[in-house]
Amino acid sequence: MTAVTDRVKSTATKKPQGLLGRFKTGVPYAFLSPYLLIFFIFGFFPLLFSIYLAFHQWNPVEGFDAMTYVGFENFTLALTDPWTWKALKNTILLGLYTGIPQHLIAIPMACFLVTLAPRLRHIFTSALFFPYITSSVAISLIFFQLYEPNTGVINQTLATLAEHALTGWAFFWVQDVLPLRWLKDVQLIQPAISFVIFWKFVGFNIVIYMTGLMTIPKSLYEAAKIDGASSWQQFRYITLPSLRPFIFFAVTLTLIGSLQLFEEPYILTRGKGGPSQAGLTVSNHLMRMGWEWLEMGTASALSWLLFLLIGGLTALKFAVFGRKRPPA
Amino acid sequence: MTYKAISLLFMTLIPQILLGQSSTIRFDGFPDYDTHLKTKGQLATFQKNHPTIKVSTTFNNHEDHHTRLQTNLATGSGAGDVVLVDVGRLGAYINGGGFIDLKGPRFQGQKLAKDFAPYAFAQGQGADGGQYGIPVDLGPGVLFYRRDYVEGMGFQISETTKSWDTFIEWGTKVKKKHPNVALIADAKDIANLIISATVKEGHGLYFDDKDQPLLTSPRFVKAFETAQKVRKLGLDLAIESWTNEWYEILKNGRVASQPSGAWLLGHLKNWIAPESSGLWGASHLPEQIYGSWGGSFLAIPKQSANPEAAWSFIKFLVTPEAQLAGLNNIAAFPANTKTYGHESFQKSIAYLKGQKANLLFAEIAQKIRPIKPAKGDLMAVTIVDNALDETLNQGRQIQEVLKEAEMMLKRRMRKVH
Repeated sequence: MTAVTDRVKSTATKKPQGLLGRFKTGVPYAFLSPYLLIFFIFGFFPLLFSIYLAFHQWNPVEGFDAMTYVGFENFTLALTDPWTWKALKNTILLGLYTGIPQHLIAIPMACFLVTLAPRLRHIFTSALFFPYITSSVAISLIFFQLYEPNTGVINQTLATLAEHALTGWAFFWVQDVLPLRWLKDVQLIQPAISFVIFWKFVGFNIVIYMTGLMTIPKSLYEAAKIDGASSWQQFRYITLPSLRPFIFFAVTLTLIGSLQLFEEPYILTRGKGGPSQAGLTVSNHLMRMGWEWLEMGTASALSWLLFLLIGGLTALKFAVFGRKRPPA
Repeated sequence: MTYKAISLLFMTLIPQILLGQSSTIRFDGFPDYDTHLKTKGQLATFQKNHPTIKVSTTFNNHEDHHTRLQTNLATGSGAGDVVLVDVGRLGAYINGGGFIDLKGPRFQGQKLAKDFAPYAFAQGQGADGGQYGIPVDLGPGVLFYRRDYVEGMGFQISETTKSWDTFIEWGTKVKKKHPNVALIADAKDIANLIISATVKEGHGLYFDDKDQPLLTSPRFVKAFETAQKVRKLGLDLAIESWTNEWYEILKNGRVASQPSGAWLLGHLKNWIAPESSGLWGASHLPEQIYGSWGGSFLAIPKQSANPEAAWSFIKFLVTPEAQLAGLNNIAAFPANTKTYGHESFQKSIAYLKGQKANLLFAEIAQKIRPIKPAKGDLMAVTIVDNALDETLNQGRQIQEVLKEAEMMLKRRMRKVH
């Protein structure tokens, strides 16, 4: 037995000799090199550079020579900026407005879809998944038009409903509030942005949950039925606990995605943050600092603070909700 | 075929490389300069007169062009030899030091000064007095108005624009007769106009001569108050420029006036409201203030390998001939004042019911006072826009909002520790 393991070990550690050997060890790296090169240039280098930048004041237009070391000033500047806190509050609120309904609707929807005949299920799933694969920019531009106060489809539909004999009684209030200025009203902008994001991502979550539901053995439900469990009890005690890892995965993605939210609010507010900056997210704010105000240092500092926040929250979530390992 | 092409290329390139006579430069710009240079043949005209200089071009949309230029200036490579810069970005770029000073013995850019509107030439100067940008097109601020709500209702435009009060009074009367028609699309435009057109000599838009923010000065208070008055009287529609709604109201006559740069005429005529020909007119801004609304500059980045050739191209683009071609091709209003005597300016414009509006634009361009560009302009724009929004939409108190805005600007400029 020992002899065999020794032989295996020696083969594993034996290095190929000579030119051919060197070629053989080199080949995998040669194949990897395009990726590695791109990763180092576009991934790793900017990452390191932004740490360096976070401690310097730098107006990019002035060229590399213009960098001046400022210590932690960028961090204090970013942290004491009232718009940073406003942006953080908006980001968290938008995350909650979009995240909670996404999952509360995706789970029951997935439960319903798996009960359908496969062909019908595929049609519905594709339809719901479609917004996810459409470009965020295209979606946001379309919604920008839909939300326009006078010419937008949403307000026009509301007006038609209010005027129609059949629906008028339910929409009588519309006349008093029209035109609703979806993207210009402090009260409306966050729901307006949230709806776009909800609509885009709910399909993605439905697909994740459907995959999850399909992994639950049918026998569990059969056994529960025999024991006289109601549909709710089956959902509560079989479906939900079995879906737990999927919920964990989907919620983590939503959490990270929400904190990095950029395109939709950026386009819907035309990059201006919306009324009273109520549509400004942290990513929008740091983009503005860096590229509009040419304060690359502060923008880098803020981006690292955002990274720490996302990392911290994800770690916290793992600690609280992650699956506990059984003691060894 | 390929061999033939390659050998041909070498045959043409090698003598040039050996003789070192030809130089290649690149022009980086944004539309409609692509139409002006390429489609309408200005580039070909230049090449004909300067056979030793080869000019290639790169065009991106306005926003992308500036983002790219910023990256190029930051990394010190990749920028064109001649770059087109919007006046809004100019201050930050110039004071960033990315461009060549065109003043001095090498280029003698100062000699061009007499050919330009003083305000425009001054805008191309840095805090150190150097000349970094040469104006190529201007945006003299004018008021476009609908004739049916002025002459059509028995008013005279010179009377209605006498002061902000008479202007507002006119709007109230129009609204009374046509409840669906507003005085202006967005009250914000009024505030921005007053802010930009009533700057004290030597001051910048947002900063004084010592780079101290001016957001709480009477100029800003008056701008905010006038805009607020218009909003409170319900005389604007709170519709931002360059949105579908805006095109719609300009098209169907739901606004009685629209202040803008002279260049808006081209947009109205060509695509926003071509069917409204004869319905619009152009006049001085209310209270006879002179302000500019947009404009573009030419500059040579320090990284250019061929600044001499680049300078020749700039000088060509601001010649009266090229400038007049720009006016006719893309309605870019000439920065070179020598053109103002040309017969094109005497032309009556059918879209404006036969008005000789180019003369008005030229008069305004020559009367606009210089405004000093400052490094903090880009920050100030966002902050002031937000403050204006809080005043108009949230109904917050003007003094309080401006005080807050000034504090924020100071902090972001690292003037408060």
